[in-house]
Amino acid sequence: MAGIITRASSPPPPAPATSARAATAEPAWIRWLLITIGVGFLVFFLLLPLVAIFHEAFKRGVALYFATFQDQYALHAIRMTLTVAAISVPLNLLFGLAAAWAITKFTFRGKSLLVTVLDLPFAVSPVIAGLMFVLIFSTTHGWLADPLRNADIQIIFALPGIALATVFITLPFIARELIPVMQAQGRDEEYAALTLGAGGWRTFLTVTLPNVKWGLFYGVVLCNARAMGEFGAVAVVSGNIKGRTSTMPLYIETLYFEYQSAAAFALASVLSLLAVATLALKNFIEWRAARARFKA
Amino acid sequence: MNSEAANQRTQAAPDPKPDKARRLSRRVIPGFGLSMGITITWLTLMVLIPLAAVFIRTSGMGWEEFWRAVTSRQVVASYKVTFGVSLLAAMTNAVFGFIVAWILTRYRFPMRKLVDALVDLPFALPTAVAGLALTALYAETGWLGQLFYPLGIETAYSRTGIFIALTFIGLPFVVRTVQPVLEDFDREVEEAAASLGAGRLRTFVSVVLPALVPALLTGFALAFARAVGEYGSVIFISGNMPMRTEITPLVIVKHLENYNYPHATAVACVMLVASFAMLLVVNLLQRWSESIGQARG
Repeated sequence: MAGIITRASSPPPPAPATSARAATAEPAWIRWLLITIGVGFLVFFLLLPLVAIFHEAFKRGVALYFATFQDQYALHAIRMTLTVAAISVPLNLLFGLAAAWAITKFTFRGKSLLVTVLDLPFAVSPVIAGLMFVLIFSTTHGWLADPLRNADIQIIFALPGIALATVFITLPFIARELIPVMQAQGRDEEYAALTLGAGGWRTFLTVTLPNVKWGLFYGVVLCNARAMGEFGAVAVVSGNIKGRTSTMPLYIETLYFEYQSAAAFALASVLSLLAVATLALKNFIEWRAARARFKA
Repeated sequence: MNSEAANQRTQAAPDPKPDKARRLSRRVIPGFGLSMGITITWLTLMVLIPLAAVFIRTSGMGWEEFWRAVTSRQVVASYKVTFGVSLLAAMTNAVFGFIVAWILTRYRFPMRKLVDALVDLPFALPTAVAGLALTALYAETGWLGQLFYPLGIETAYSRTGIFIALTFIGLPFVVRTVQPVLEDFDREVEEAAASLGAGRLRTFVSVVLPALVPALLTGFALAFARAVGEYGSVIFISGNMPMRTEITPLVIVKHLENYNYPHATAVACVMLVASFAMLLVVNLLQRWSESIGQARG
């Protein structure tokens, strides 16, 4: 679902000054009242929480803030999070490229059904996402319990389970960013390249990819942010064993409920920076796209 | 499992050789087989089979036990909290999200760009971090909690807390569905209404608003669907008291922690059916929205 939204959010061209056309403009007091309500709502629900994270992280001093990152469990959780992202993002990158290529470059029956299936992970509660993999891979209750036990393979309460749940949750993101960009690009340039004798891979690498590189880049960054931040699905499959299967979001929860709130907020501030950087990149790419349109 | 999975697969796979596809099978652009193969295999393995697992596990448990599992007092109380509070949060987002979309497209004010960028924060911020931040803010000693507690409003560890968390995570949906429609809206229609003597309010209610209703409803449904499944942000701020502030995803987690897999699966099955129903509604709404756009286009 988020993908539908990010696709829809093209950069708004600045609205023309409305004061000159009083007939289709609201009175100034209504305008400012609405601006105050809208901005006030966002300040209360978005800006203050963001500020609060950094305030809470630093309020006991910079030394304590940095001490958080010397805790061996915190370091393990950070490594775990990086590993999970390093597994799930490339997998979804390959999938996203294939899905976007199939959906935008060809006409076939059942396309809208395929897109609906692609969106399913947006509609499923993260907790249920975790549960699905437990039902399949648990060594006590899963479908594959016997073969997994015999082969001594641990998937649930271990890294593979965390990676699986994360892949599921982040599955649509890259495809969803690429599809509208590739759709807007059309097929003409590919036709031209192929007519001029380029092979399929060459066309893909030298024509298609350069055209969609920014959309692809943002898709990867967004997918990465979601992979590093996933909580519900990972909580269900990981067992949250400190120092073994704890990721950053899980360790934040552990710290918080162990009353180490400064440390919890310190780790949270790192993930918040990642989120802010993701938003900044999104806006940078949209600004570039808007400028390119303006020039053209 | 296999028959169900195979069944799901044929559903997802487009019929390989309908007339149009056959004509296009000598298509110019290569890579149909490869990209389609990867897409369908991956979706089947990662999405369809795991989802089928929930339904198949449930179907194996017998009607009576299923019914007992999904209608126990604790679970029913959690449905009320989850769906009730999600509905309230989505309605709040419909109202305020509409205002935000309106001011972002229609007005100019200082830092408009920054405000616009901030709207996407709930998409990018991990839910656990959001829950942590909102709890710090709205707890009794928090910056905002200090304002509400003297008034007798408990903003944390209560349903109000759940409402705050669900409003936060659903916030971008209405803004980002209404905003593009509002941008494309033809101002000349409004001018026509005004020149025909309609007041500003009349123009808004009978000209602008009807065009935005499908987008507004879509955003509302998306925010609602997202809120119903939310877990991470809520568990920090809700206090998680059974019967009072326990959401359904948490009930599933608690069943799992007690190794009560059948009941966890049964409740999950109910949630999935609800989610799919909402997905269907969203798809229908979007189709409606597009048809209006084309009719006007």
